[in-house]
This record gives sequence, structure tokens and C-alpha cells, in this order.
Amino acid sequence: MIEAELSRSVARWCKGATGVTGAAKLSGGASQETWRFDILHPDGPIGAILRRSPKGYGAAPTRAAGLAAEAQLMQLAYEAGVPSPRVMHVLTPDEDLGTGFIMQRVEGETIARKILRDDEFAAARPRLARQIGGVLAGLHRLPQDKLPELRSRSATQEISEFERDYRSLNWPKPVFELALRWLRDHDPGPSTEVTLVHGDFRNGNLIIGADGVRAVLDWELAHLGDPMEDLGWVCVNSWRFGEIDKPVGGFGSRDELFAGYEAAGRRVDPSRVKFWEVMGTLRWGIMCGGMMQRFREGPDHSMERAMIGRRASETEIDLLRLLAPRGG
Amino acid sequence: MQDEPTPIELTRVVAEFLRNDIAPLISGHQAFKLRVAVNILDLVTRQLTQEEGSDAKEVERLRALLGVDGSVVDLNRVLAERIATGEVDLATPGLADHLWATTMDKLAVDQPNYASYKRELSRGG
Repeated sequence: MIEAELSRSVARWCKGATGVTGAAKLSGGASQETWRFDILHPDGPIGAILRRSPKGYGAAPTRAAGLAAEAQLMQLAYEAGVPSPRVMHVLTPDEDLGTGFIMQRVEGETIARKILRDDEFAAARPRLARQIGGVLAGLHRLPQDKLPELRSRSATQEISEFERDYRSLNWPKPVFELALRWLRDHDPGPSTEVTLVHGDFRNGNLIIGADGVRAVLDWELAHLGDPMEDLGWVCVNSWRFGEIDKPVGGFGSRDELFAGYEAAGRRVDPSRVKFWEVMGTLRWGIMCGGMMQRFREGPDHSMERAMIGRRASETEIDLLRLLAPRGG
Repeated sequence: MQDEPTPIELTRVVAEFLRNDIAPLISGHQAFKLRVAVNILDLVTRQLTQEEGSDAKEVERLRALLGVDGSVVDLNRVLAERIATGEVDLATPGLADHLWATTMDKLAVDQPNYASYKRELSRGG
């Protein structure tokens, strides 16, 4: 049972801790797991989250930054005032828990449909797009000399990589071809400024409370690149959950996002943001294709994966709306 | 020729049974998976109902656009290649209309509740 290993671990680095309770797996595939648990402490329980690769699953997929880098980024973000959970401990090999880290649990909601509909968030919603602009500005300003080693990708390299992923599916889709052509024709070239890019900043990876954004999660796709990538990705229609007239995660307008970003002293390049929105829409479509392939070839032969495969067509209509909008 | 009832009638009756009789009995993760299963049966039913007609129209459009003949799979491959080489693009008469018609037919099967689809449908299909 994981609680025994966790108890031994917390006893070493959390002063006064007497054990752990309530360990429950929140999500995870074969290579990465998230657990919640409480640290028992004389001053009251401390909510915690474990993110780890179990033993024997050390190798990160090619695009992932790795759990050690993720812990470092979250800690840097926390210290810089970007909403982020505090990292409490990085696992060591002798703890028998695999590789990963333990962070403080931030209470709030990540389920987009609830955030977009429930009364609890009604007061926060109109402010979120602008607030997200400010959070991204802070994230893009994290000191580069303190960052862990991260992959670096230009727009041109990203197009090639997605094209290769798409061709490997052997799944000819005229709309995807059209999007690839458009991306090549509109490649903005190297960014004048290269910063940390979160890589998966969107509705679903943000913990939201009645007061707004409380934490940015899932830093595993963090890399160095064009900061406008994060602004484009958060606008992809797939993360609006039906609120299609509010491009920023279903919360608000691009103008609000840009205003929040610029109020924090950073410049927006709207044409680059549009480029990355198209790229992001295609990216999610190709990922849906990857789900279909994994469903077919294993190891995950699940109904959920099969159905995500059929969601590629959602990105096709969104790409057409971006690239060949119909009048009226 | 196979006997009746038809596949459409069969998938529909199984979906009805799961939705009306079984869903109220279970909860938690199994209930979530059951919803996914019912969604799959609904999708299959829509595809069985609509595919034949939409494929025929797609092939007709592709033949006119490309000037060659073949199955719907073959013709899509040819179109994809021609877009990749730049031989065909949005300035090509008929391409945008074809992609819109094909995509709308796909969404009608895959995800008729998708907000972008409903918006475009309200513009007149």
C-alpha cells in the first residue's frame, strides 16, 4: 500500500508529521500517476498531492519535460507569485515511491463545465480572461537562468513535427492538409523573444476558485519558445466547452486576455496568437488521431479513447471556421 | 441478403435498453462508462442511417473537383495529396464548399451537439 511508503517519506521532511491518510489515485496512465492524500500533523492535516512515475517508468515521452523539471518550474512559479502549488518534496530513490514530487494541495475546481456554469464561479468568470493574461505574463517572465533544461522549438520545427505525427497516422484528411499548408504559408518565423512556454495552459489545467485562478497545473509540456503560443492555445475552441463566443477558455474575449497581458508590461502580437490558435487546433486534432491509433493498436483499448478518436472532426470544423469562414 | 431487423434497428433498441433500464441502476465510474457506451451506440446508429447518402454526395463532389474516379477513401487520398502539393487550394473553385459540406456531414454523425456545428447549421447547413 502506498500509504506506508508515503508515511516513511513525510516523516523525513515534514517536521512533526505522524503519518498519512486517505491516499487516493486521482488520475494516471502507466507512466504517470497523480495521488491525493493528507499528512497527519499535530497542527491539523495538510492536504497534499503526489505526482510520480512508478518504478520502472522513468523514461519520459519525447515532448515531456520530465517530473524533476516540472517540480522545479512549479516552485519557480510559486516563488514568483504565479498561482502555483508549493512543491514540498522531490522524491529520492531510497523512498521506494518512484520518481516525482509532492506538492501542497490547492482547493478549487478544474472541471471546465462546472467553472463555466456553476453559480459558485459566477463572480469570477467575467474577470478570468484578463486575469489569465496577467498569469501568462508572469509565467513568461520567469527568470531564464533558473529554468531547468528544456526543449526549444520554433514555429517551423513545430509544423514539421505535427506534419510527421499526422503522416504517421496514415489518415488522409483534406482539412488537416489545408491547415498544414496555411501554417507553412503563415509561419511567422523565429520569435524576437524566446521565453518559457507552459505548453498546455488551458481550461482544465487551471484550478479555479470563487476568487479566480488559484493554480496552474500540468507543466509537463513546458519548453522554450514563442510566448504567443500559450495565448493561442488557451483560445483553441476545444477548451471553450460550448461557449464559442468567448475565445479565452469560454470565459472572455481576446481583448481582455491581451489587456491583462499588456497591463503586466508585456506586448501581444495578435497575428502570432492567431497562428498558434490554428496550430493548436490542428495539434488537438492530430492528438485525437493518436488516441484512435492507440485504441486500435493498444495498450489502451478503451471506449473513451475510441470516442476521443472520433472528435478529430470537431477540430476540422473549427479549422474551417478559422481558415475558410462562411459569410454571414 | 441478411434478415431483419436491420443493424440500425438493433443498435437503437440496445441503446434504448441501456439508457432507460440500466443507467438508473448504476453509479460512479461505471455509470460514466455506460454513458460513453450509449454515446457510441447512438453514433453508430447515426452513421448507419446517414453514411450511405453522405458518402455518395461526397464522391460526386470529389469526382467533379478532381476529375478522377475512385472510392471515397481513394478520392480523399488524392485530394489530400493535391492540397499538400499546392495544386489545389482555397482559391480553387468548389474546394471550400466541398470541405464544408463534407465536414458538416461528419459532425452530423460524430457530434451533432458540438457548438460550432450547431452555429454553422443555423446559418443554413
